[in-house]
Amino acid sequence: MTNTFPDWVRGGAWLAAAFIAALLLVKPIGVSTQYVIADGIAWSQFDDGLVTATEDGYTSSNPYLAKSGGKYAKAIANPLSYGLLFVLAIPFGAFLSRRLLPTTARNADEESGCLPQSAMDAGFDTSRRALMVFGGGFLTLFGARLAGGCTSGHMMSGISQTSISGYLFAAGVFATAVPLSMWLYRRRGVTHATPGSALKGGAA
Amino acid sequence: MTLFFAILLGTFFGFALHRAGASHPDNILRMLTFRDPYLAKAIFFAIGLTTLFAWAAVPLGVLDPGHFSVKATHLGVLVGGLVFGLGFALAGYCPGTALAALGRGRRDAVGFIVGGLVGAFAYMLAHESIVASGLLEHWDIGKITLAETGSSYEALAGAWLMSIAGLALIVVAVLLPRREPL
Repeated sequence: MTNTFPDWVRGGAWLAAAFIAALLLVKPIGVSTQYVIADGIAWSQFDDGLVTATEDGYTSSNPYLAKSGGKYAKAIANPLSYGLLFVLAIPFGAFLSRRLLPTTARNADEESGCLPQSAMDAGFDTSRRALMVFGGGFLTLFGARLAGGCTSGHMMSGISQTSISGYLFAAGVFATAVPLSMWLYRRRGVTHATPGSALKGGAA
Repeated sequence: MTLFFAILLGTFFGFALHRAGASHPDNILRMLTFRDPYLAKAIFFAIGLTTLFAWAAVPLGVLDPGHFSVKATHLGVLVGGLVFGLGFALAGYCPGTALAALGRGRRDAVGFIVGGLVGAFAYMLAHESIVASGLLEHWDIGKITLAETGSSYEALAGAWLMSIAGLALIVVAVLLPRREPL
């Protein structure tokens, strides 16, 4: 297949198509809320009093789950919700995309271990990487819940609606992410001179 | 029907994240360290296209403005963003791309997702004290957009600004210098 367009145009067009389809059919894409819903579903298995039905909906003994008229409590009581199914389908979509790549591109996309090249170049081993992804997940979701959304909801969906909150969130993210990653991922010691094989912009 | 759309759109989003290379932490880390702005160009382009679509599709009657969903602006958005950025740099994942990475078989995504579930849980427990601290009330200007979207949200300027914002993002995407990974 010949590529008429640069990789970033193809990659961007895929993402835009997903955002536009969601906007047309239902609502803007958002992900991070569902981490809370998944936690709530797990928690409610051990605590019958966590989510309770009221006359006009649901409420929770946890103030965060009870906020906005019990919206989160409702999604915990009824796990077959749009938001949760959407998020659970994301891994399947990525799996499908990889399976449908031509063999050569799929082999180039093999990188399925634990250490990204950037982490290797910076001298991190697997156990350090494990700590970093766990800590990264913790801070990312804590921050996203404090802000009310993540990359999908605030940055992509928010900025495409020119929401002030989207610009503010993006400014905050890059203000810390750029200096910290520059410092963490500076190259230390031996480097592995492999070219970037990560998939870009679809089938090569 | 909504649940069918959930599975369809979620699958499509996961597919797109993988095709765009966003499920590869190296692409994210190379963007943050300015080694390769590929992903930044792709994302600016994607947001620009979506903005232009949202601007044009409402007057054309293609898009129901009721589908827009704007989030509230307050100091918590900035502070949350700063905390999010630390995690983003540590891992090279965000909440959605880690799920896509899991689907394509990256084992480190599991650690991120577990960390994320714990972080979200910690927020659930901390929320009441954060509200009491007043953080979410500072700079609270409600759900407000820069340009008129055609929905009920308050806007600072007319819909014309949406077309400028969309074009500006695409211009940035084109102009960001492309460098091959070092």
